[in-house]
Amino acid sequence: MSSSQTDKGGGRLAALTQWIDDRFPMTKLWKEQVSEYYAPKNMNFWYFFGSLAMMVLVIQILTGIFLTMSYKPSAAEAFSSVEYIMRDVEWGWLIRYMHSTGASAFFIVVYLHMFRAMLYGSYQKPRELLWIFGMVIYFALMAEAFFGYLLPWGNMSYWGAQVIVSLFGAIPVVGDSLTEWIRGDFFISDVTLNRFFALHVAAIPLVLVFLVIAHLMALHEVGSNNPDGVDIKKVKGPDGIPLDGIAFHPYYTVKDLVGVGVFLIIFCLIIFFAPTMGGYFLEHANFEPANALQTPPHIAPVWYFTPFYAILRSVPNKPMGAALMGVAVLLFVFLPWLDRSKVKSIRYRGPIFKFAITAFAISFLALGYLGLQPATPGYTNAARAFSVVYFAFFLLMPWYSSIDKTKPVPTRVTYHAH
Amino acid sequence: MRTKLLVLLAALAPAAAFAAGGGAHLERAGNDVGNRASLQRGAANFVNYCLGCHSAKYVRYNRVATDLGISEEQLVENLMFTGERPHDTMRIGINPTDAMRWFGVVPPDLSLIARARGTDYLYTFLRSFYADPSRPTGVNNIVLPGTSMPHVLWSLQGVQEAVWEGHPDAQGNVQKHFKEFKPASTGSLTADEYDQFVRDTVNFLDYIGEPVQLKRTKLGFPVIAFLIFFTLLAWALKKEYWKDVK
Repeated sequence: MSSSQTDKGGGRLAALTQWIDDRFPMTKLWKEQVSEYYAPKNMNFWYFFGSLAMMVLVIQILTGIFLTMSYKPSAAEAFSSVEYIMRDVEWGWLIRYMHSTGASAFFIVVYLHMFRAMLYGSYQKPRELLWIFGMVIYFALMAEAFFGYLLPWGNMSYWGAQVIVSLFGAIPVVGDSLTEWIRGDFFISDVTLNRFFALHVAAIPLVLVFLVIAHLMALHEVGSNNPDGVDIKKVKGPDGIPLDGIAFHPYYTVKDLVGVGVFLIIFCLIIFFAPTMGGYFLEHANFEPANALQTPPHIAPVWYFTPFYAILRSVPNKPMGAALMGVAVLLFVFLPWLDRSKVKSIRYRGPIFKFAITAFAISFLALGYLGLQPATPGYTNAARAFSVVYFAFFLLMPWYSSIDKTKPVPTRVTYHAH
Repeated sequence: MRTKLLVLLAALAPAAAFAAGGGAHLERAGNDVGNRASLQRGAANFVNYCLGCHSAKYVRYNRVATDLGISEEQLVENLMFTGERPHDTMRIGINPTDAMRWFGVVPPDLSLIARARGTDYLYTFLRSFYADPSRPTGVNNIVLPGTSMPHVLWSLQGVQEAVWEGHPDAQGNVQKHFKEFKPASTGSLTADEYDQFVRDTVNFLDYIGEPVQLKRTKLGFPVIAFLIFFTLLAWALKKEYWKDVK
């Protein structure tokens, strides 16, 4: 399918390629999107996480299909069918652990991918829409994880869903009817499980796949940013190719392969040696079946939601807490307009931004930790302090990003040949 | 509306009030699922002492036999008593309504108890029964105060009494704290033998929680070895290609 084979003209493969190309833009697409898509040559390890997120999506879809073959989405059978997969289905345990570890891995790579964009100002003009597509992917991913978490029908699945669905009850006027509409019942029940299953295996995955395609199309339209935040399209060679650009294939495909290798080593270490991650990836209370009459000893969402859960808990008033949590998630969308800096990359920004983004990263991690802990007064006060830092990072950004000193941005990227 | 309030209360209340184990100090079980002899002893302990009231409904007899290196004759002779077939799961005949009447609760299925509660919890629980005439079963437990479970293993351990020490708090009320156990009568096993008996049983519970765990860790090593090789190869390939990037 490569261009050299087509150019030679001879041979059956070339003839077939030509036959297809006359009817479908196969070679054209391959060239535009991969072999002649020019990416900056200075992209560092932070740029692994985009391709890794796509790989994890594929892992989740494939393992999900196989899980669906043996899983039963009914309150009477769901828990048992998961144990059936773990014990009686050939390699079922591996497929299930890949899927459960994949869920956490998805959030790890997506959070790192988002943080990369914040470090290098990848959301700035002309990549606002690319960033928004990415954020919608993140929201869809949260929905996907939430719906999927109910499916094992463990006691934490049950009560976690109960707590999160009840948050919608905080919406004035329509709250109560809305929660009833979501559950399809007055409490989390067989009906809820069935519809969450439909949303988890059909609706949201479809949305995710289409959004990922839109995200990639937007990326390839505007071109990849890089750690210098330099627009490589401004300096082109006589052939019209950016001087600092290299073909995505083969250069970044082979480079991403190294990232894939390192990722899979960590991924498999977890699957084979610590599939529950000490109760963080698979929670202890979820090895007991759903019980509407008994809550688990300590209800906390899975780790990837805990930064926002900590914000929710730090507000004494429930509707206010839920609203603030929603705002905390949504604020990311507005980054392209909150950021007034003349430069994109942290490399050329001043000390204020460096301080702000460090404080933000620390507060995000701290909130994540606090969200997993019981809400003691000390922890709650700590969560309040970190919530203030979290919101200040976004809300004060128009001010501090415009007064911050910046360094001059070079016209070419910094790259040292190895 | 009331359910919702309860849910929120449960979600927002400090976990300490609910924490399983009542905050009792848990001792390390120190079991090893790689120890086949211990697992075999544990299997025998389990079917003889636990399986009367507790099921393990996800566990197949013949899977246990295969994993623990027990022949089918040995299995049927030593571990199966009520006419089950080897491919059956460890279900029991106890009627939930009867169980409810006798114990006040239906004894939980133990297939996943080690994954839900942890082995240290089970090990400490089974060693922490003490005589308490105020309870219907005559015993109470430090780890799970007010437990409905009778001390099934009393003839092995003997009966022990709890020694409490009092600390007056700010209001002058004396708070009782558990100090140690004092044997009141001896059982058929010595203290060390009893600990080993419990450890073997907990080991078996650990194994049935995830029967594939032995195979899983064994398979992990070649998988990781391959991935390291793959990554080195990918890295060499990347270096070769990137030579032209100036």
